[in-house]
Amino acid sequence: MKFRSHTLENGLEIVAECNDKAHSVGLGFFIRTGARDETDDVSGVSHFLEHMVFKGTPRRSADDVNREFDELGAHYNAFTSEENTVYYASVLPEYQEPVIDILSDIMRPSLRDEDFNMEKKVIIEEIQMYADQPPFGMDDRIKELHYGHHPLARSVLGTEFTVGELAVDQMRSYFESRYASDNMFVAAAGKVDFDALVKQVESRCGSWKPSLTLRDLPPYESQSSFQCVPRSASTQQYILQLADAPAAEDSRRFAAKLLATMFGDDSGSRLYWELVDPGLVESASLGHYEYQGAGMYFSWLSCAPEDAVENFSRLSELQHIAQEKGFKAEELHQAKSKVKARVVLGSERPRNRLFNVGGNWLQRREYRSVDDDLKAIDAVTLDDIEGVLKEFPINRHTTVTVGPLEKWPT
Amino acid sequence: MTATQDKTKQTTIFTHRLANGMTLVGEPSDSVQSAAITLLVPCGYSADPVDQQGLASVLCDMVLRGAGRRDGRSLINDLEVLGVERGESVGASQTSFSAATIAENLSEMLAIYADIVRRPRLPEDQLSAAKLVCLQEINSIEDEPSQRLMIELRKRTYPEPWGRSSHGSEAGIAIIESSDIQGHWSRYYRPNAAILGVAGSFRWEQLLEQVEALFGDWKASDVPMIVERQSDQSTPHIEYDSNQCHIGIAYPSVPYRDPNYLRAWAAVGILSGGMSSRLFTEVRERRGLCYTVSASLQTQLDRARVLCYAGTSEERAQETLNVTFAELLKLRNGILPEELARLKARIKSGLIMQQESTSSRSGSIAREWYHLGRVRTLDELGKLVDDLTGPMINEYLEAHPPQDFTFATLGPRPLELPCEIS
Repeated sequence: MKFRSHTLENGLEIVAECNDKAHSVGLGFFIRTGARDETDDVSGVSHFLEHMVFKGTPRRSADDVNREFDELGAHYNAFTSEENTVYYASVLPEYQEPVIDILSDIMRPSLRDEDFNMEKKVIIEEIQMYADQPPFGMDDRIKELHYGHHPLARSVLGTEFTVGELAVDQMRSYFESRYASDNMFVAAAGKVDFDALVKQVESRCGSWKPSLTLRDLPPYESQSSFQCVPRSASTQQYILQLADAPAAEDSRRFAAKLLATMFGDDSGSRLYWELVDPGLVESASLGHYEYQGAGMYFSWLSCAPEDAVENFSRLSELQHIAQEKGFKAEELHQAKSKVKARVVLGSERPRNRLFNVGGNWLQRREYRSVDDDLKAIDAVTLDDIEGVLKEFPINRHTTVTVGPLEKWPT
Repeated sequence: MTATQDKTKQTTIFTHRLANGMTLVGEPSDSVQSAAITLLVPCGYSADPVDQQGLASVLCDMVLRGAGRRDGRSLINDLEVLGVERGESVGASQTSFSAATIAENLSEMLAIYADIVRRPRLPEDQLSAAKLVCLQEINSIEDEPSQRLMIELRKRTYPEPWGRSSHGSEAGIAIIESSDIQGHWSRYYRPNAAILGVAGSFRWEQLLEQVEALFGDWKASDVPMIVERQSDQSTPHIEYDSNQCHIGIAYPSVPYRDPNYLRAWAAVGILSGGMSSRLFTEVRERRGLCYTVSASLQTQLDRARVLCYAGTSEERAQETLNVTFAELLKLRNGILPEELARLKARIKSGLIMQQESTSSRSGSIAREWYHLGRVRTLDELGKLVDDLTGPMINEYLEAHPPQDFTFATLGPRPLELPCEIS
């Protein structure tokens, strides 16, 4: 595997991990924009725009876009998060150019009024769908409680109201400032013809303008609180927790990931043995998520409402024990084996490598090979884990619980 | 187009039948670092006693609570130290154990799985925990409206016991005792009809030798035939307090081993596969009626159904149902050549990309053996796709038009169900 990169004159970067042994190629446009770059009056615009990008260009109707992707046998999709919007496709290597042609074309969408109004309905359906599913919108609520007015607290979907009120012109101006050549890049992985890729991207995207857009990165002061939200239609009680953790640019993130694996992986972790294996909860887990300038531990527990208080106090006790006493060498060894195997197994698919290469470039403008990650995982010591616990206590958190409980018994 | 023939690496698929009836299917590859297994044990939910639905599911949880010389904790921990990514599921006719790891750990992983299926400890003091785990799963589905709807749809469209929920029922799980677990395991966890699929970096001769040593002396056992009966027809609507209304439509199709299967599968692919497919285009893109709409062909050994799903806000639910249903009827008029060309491109790139995952290969070859009693290479499958023509699919659709529909809905209010026009 070989890393290659190139920057066009307008600032558009092209990065690729080339692997001649692969059967397919994964290609994507990564835009440095997401919910955190929005303002109140356009809440949800990044995600809505992601849908609109598939609705056609001056050269292609929406039907053409879908049809042409399918003609190439492409496996393609897009997603929007708090800080990025990603469009990707996996194809057989001979379709590298045609798929780049479609992807680069749709990066300059027409944003037509009638498509905007039609797609608005789909977005509202999507919002309603998530509102009916656990955690019933509480993932947004907990970010608001934890981060207050910090941009990371913004909802990716927005609400029925904000999306309903959004005008197409607002989307157009958001697009102009965010989808600029210096605020996005092309990533590729698998059987990539890199020299050809540079030419293919240059000829299609070389005339795009930079905008010198910057992301606002205010410091945050997280809050610690507890909220119980009654929802009588639910069967189970859900408990969500958010705590501060190492950020994307913090090298301690590897220790944080191993810590999360030891404490709250969905199998073989402390939460697994104490809560899941005995059947006390439906699920209990802890994961580490990284953003620019902030990281988070996100915990999730779901169980019968009548057992919620007891399970919650057990969870708190386990967090307290981990915080005070740390972890054992064999736990760390097991977590490392597991995480390393996941890295290796995941690396066999070019599509997975695409997200890895793209993710590293988004967060740190760096390339990390599979070996780099394996070494970083191996290098973590129990002292590192202790250091992370000290700096980012897992028992200082914001909690939101939602379910049939009218109020949390004290 | 013959992309598949050119692009798939010429792989060989080896098969071997042990004297006790267990089948080993292996596809070695030297271009990957991993190895994966899929072990299909002939213990599905269809064999659960009618008053103990969920028995196979509880048993599946129990076999992981210690096996051979390991107790439950060391079993899971040892698998994790080997870097094993694992998953278990209970289907209509089988319990499936899948596991993948880096190639050098294959043989150790395999030995642990032999313990799990052949020498589980089935500890009595863990039964209540195992039952609780299974009950938790049932409760969690109550909060997942789309899953609940599809369980109901399957129940309504299949004859008993084929449409049961693999999770079983609360009442069924409640009365399970340790002797039931022991009895069910000794009867149903058996080599005859068991299939082990292995894909990835390994040597066939070596694997064969190890599998003979691990499973060769496993004793065969006979099980009673499954008796099929009409399922109880409940009302098609489940009242549910939600924003969206969930719609399910099912109709019969042909199972995997039927010579027409590929045609039936292709027809469903034209309905729902890729964003230019009919349902996505007509229901979502043109009308903005919903976020999710899909159809898939679900096959068991002797029967199959096409299952369609759409989720939409209540006020647009009736229109969504009508438009979706109209597309199913329209399929009777046949498909267009350009639709088939797109579908072929998707299938073929899918086949080639499948080589990039040893987990999905081990599962595919094990299931092929289950359905066909033989395994085709990706190369052969590619040729079959190449040979598929529009007239072949249209002929099939003419002989087997979508009909005999079953409906299920879940939401605040029932919908008006279409009368079938034939």
